[in-house]
Amino acid sequence: MTALLQVQNLRKRFGGFVALDGINLDVQAGERLGLIGPNGSGKSTLVNCICGTLQNEQGTVHFDGQLMNGLAAHQRTHRGLSRSFQLPRPFPSMTLAENLRIPMLYTVHHRSGTPLHADNIDARCHELLQLVDLEKKARHLPGDLTQVEMRKLELARAMAAEPKLLIADEAMAGLSHAEIEDILALLMRLNQSGITVIMIEHIMTAVMSFSQRLAVLVSGRKIADGKPEDVVRDPEVVRAYLGE
Amino acid sequence: MRMPLFTLISIVVAIAVFMVTRLPNIEYLFVAGYTIVQYIVLATAWNILGGYCGYVNFGSAAFFALGAYSTVTLATFGLQVDELVPESLAPYFHLIFPLPIPVLIVIGGIVSGIVGFGTGYLTLRLRGAFFAIATLALSVVLATLVVNWDFVGGSGGAYVVRPGKFPGLGSYMQYLFLLMLGLAVLSVVLARWIERSRLGYGFAAIRDDEMAAEASGVPTLRLKLIATTLSGALMGMAGAPFPYYIGYLAPASAFGLEYAVNSIAMPLIGGTTSWIGPVIGTILLGTLQQVTTVTISSAVNVLLVGVLLIAFVIIAPNGIVGLVQDRLRARRKG
Amino acid sequence: MDFPFELLINAIIAGVLIGGFYAAVTAGISISFGMLDIVNIGHPAFVILGSYIAYYFNINYGVDPILTCLILSPIFYFLGTTIYQVYYLSFEKRGQQSLRGLAFFFGVLFVTEVLLLLAFGVDYRYVKTDYIGPSLQFGFIDLPLRMLVPCIGSLILFAGLQLFISNTFIGRAVLAVSQDQLALQLMAVDPIRIKRIAFGISIAVAAMAGAFLIIIQPVEPSVGREYIGRVFAICVLGGMGSMPGTLIAAILLGVIESITSTFYGPSWAPAVSFGVLLLTLAFRPSGILGR
Repeated sequence: MTALLQVQNLRKRFGGFVALDGINLDVQAGERLGLIGPNGSGKSTLVNCICGTLQNEQGTVHFDGQLMNGLAAHQRTHRGLSRSFQLPRPFPSMTLAENLRIPMLYTVHHRSGTPLHADNIDARCHELLQLVDLEKKARHLPGDLTQVEMRKLELARAMAAEPKLLIADEAMAGLSHAEIEDILALLMRLNQSGITVIMIEHIMTAVMSFSQRLAVLVSGRKIADGKPEDVVRDPEVVRAYLGE
Repeated sequence: MRMPLFTLISIVVAIAVFMVTRLPNIEYLFVAGYTIVQYIVLATAWNILGGYCGYVNFGSAAFFALGAYSTVTLATFGLQVDELVPESLAPYFHLIFPLPIPVLIVIGGIVSGIVGFGTGYLTLRLRGAFFAIATLALSVVLATLVVNWDFVGGSGGAYVVRPGKFPGLGSYMQYLFLLMLGLAVLSVVLARWIERSRLGYGFAAIRDDEMAAEASGVPTLRLKLIATTLSGALMGMAGAPFPYYIGYLAPASAFGLEYAVNSIAMPLIGGTTSWIGPVIGTILLGTLQQVTTVTISSAVNVLLVGVLLIAFVIIAPNGIVGLVQDRLRARRKG
Repeated sequence: MDFPFELLINAIIAGVLIGGFYAAVTAGISISFGMLDIVNIGHPAFVILGSYIAYYFNINYGVDPILTCLILSPIFYFLGTTIYQVYYLSFEKRGQQSLRGLAFFFGVLFVTEVLLLLAFGVDYRYVKTDYIGPSLQFGFIDLPLRMLVPCIGSLILFAGLQLFISNTFIGRAVLAVSQDQLALQLMAVDPIRIKRIAFGISIAVAAMAGAFLIIIQPVEPSVGREYIGRVFAICVLGGMGSMPGTLIAAILLGVIESITSTFYGPSWAPAVSFGVLLLTLAFRPSGILGR
């Protein structure tokens, strides 16, 4: 069975700096993959290349059997690839409900062929906001939200595109224990409904409890890829990232 | 309010304005009114790309002038048909030329729309700042081309003879005013339709955060091109009747910087998030300018626009519409 | 007909001389736009302002224009820091710099031009110094001093800036801000202060370039507009923020303009710089020495 996401020999440089040096990564449909690594190791660059925000120079990205190289980010989103941004990027002039409308109007609508009815969209927006516990603030602007609420909105918007694969980029950074549990529960629920999830995180407890498989990125190279319990005991991983 | 009703009301308002302007029987009212209504079209057109999408266009003059110079080219061609066209075909051309102004308006719109599309295609992949600079460059390049092309009069300019009267309406100026009112209705209706449509949401997403919009599935390049083309086309349509209005078209007046400044200042002062902002901004600023130019001087007038632009941009970033909205929101909370 | 070599060589030399001057005019934008992302479309207005202030002191007190702008550079620096502070508080802080920041600087360009118009009128103004008029002659090569002196002055100014950026703490901090503002903050350097200083410098440099300008040619308020295209064309062509690139691009543009003007007539001159800008933006936005 071919993997849902296949990254082969991905290379990306910025001028003279090699950000990604031949990354190979497969993600199976329905899987929960954790991606860890020190700051500057290339995790966000990898996400950007997979999702099309950046174009890689060498290597290929296949999603759902199709070649993604050359496709713009919005085209990849249409095909089911979605991501949340590490620093939340809400649409500041729109209400929360309207923020979720955008992916529905432009991704889901595009996919289904028949235009979505306005009431249908409104209903779906409120459903999603309920899922992330933001329904009461549906008519507020993002400026009124707390940090964790912004993170949830960010995830909700990624979910509004009804993806097959969701990449959550450091969605839990800086949050309290209870808030981390919240987000974790949300991602678990998503996965249970059939969505493949790649979690990029520094918070090891969350990563360990969430991931079925763990990959480690250091200085643009993947140095480990396997069962979480094995990976965290890998001496190279310990040396490069986890410490003594 | 639904769109068909809005359209109807707009048309009624336009006709009312026309009728009221006829009452005092002062020709000057039509001359001044034409300028103000023309700026409603320009400001609304600018706002589609600038206010809705967040991409600043400094080259409004270029698109406006393209419309004007399309008219001049066709009018001059029409006069010289016998010299330029083989004898056998001449009678057919004489039937078509001189082209009626509504046709010229459409052609002006098409020409400017194509150039808008082209400029966008070349530069919209870059950041907004580069697009803005490119539009400024476009203005100057086009002006230089026109100045060096003798067919349209070169730097000396071209005369376009305005017919004296229009059957049924009185002076030709009244006809021009009526046409411009029609264009104003068209642009305002279009702007409002966009605001409430799927397209409008896409524009707003691009303005708010282009990267996030792209990641949410918005085809940003395509939408920006649509905005640029529409905006350019409307500006070209506004420019097409201009040679008939002014009688003598020189590059300095067609490509004047005041078009760039006004089409930016009016929406920013009025408010960029809604169709009504450009209208309010134009009526206020336009009337102010007519008064200042006549009473003080045209240089002070230009200074005033610049100062108001800076002041509003700093103090009231959402324009007059924004101030009113804030007042209403404060009153609701308090 | 023989090929007009002498004409061509003089055109090229004139182009190089004026290119050197263009580098000084653009240096300020290389810093504010190329490195710091502040789209100061009003930059040429400050050049013209410098020209007029130099004119005022020259006509009324007989002071050399370059001396005037040199002595007054702290005032221009202060003007620059004030404008940046307004820009920062009104736009950068609120995250609205793209639309409103641009409109702000456009307004500044416009208002400055009109104020100068009201103060000095539309007539061309020029200064009188000992080195306007005479030229050095080498065979058929003609080096007018009114172009040579500003060119040399510009190159000195330019070299000084380059040294400042690579050798002083503030200079290197400016470079750092352009590359990674967050990292700089983590090193306890206030990026806002750095940007303010850099912007102040860019305006002071612009005014200095204004002194050179009025030596080269008579000036009237709308001359600034021609320079918008030139300055941004050079900045983009040279690779944003690269000082060596700016110099090369400036000389290149100067030569192209000069040759076009000599062989096709001066009415095509504005189209050259703006045309180069459009072409560069369309086909090679990273410039010749792109980052």
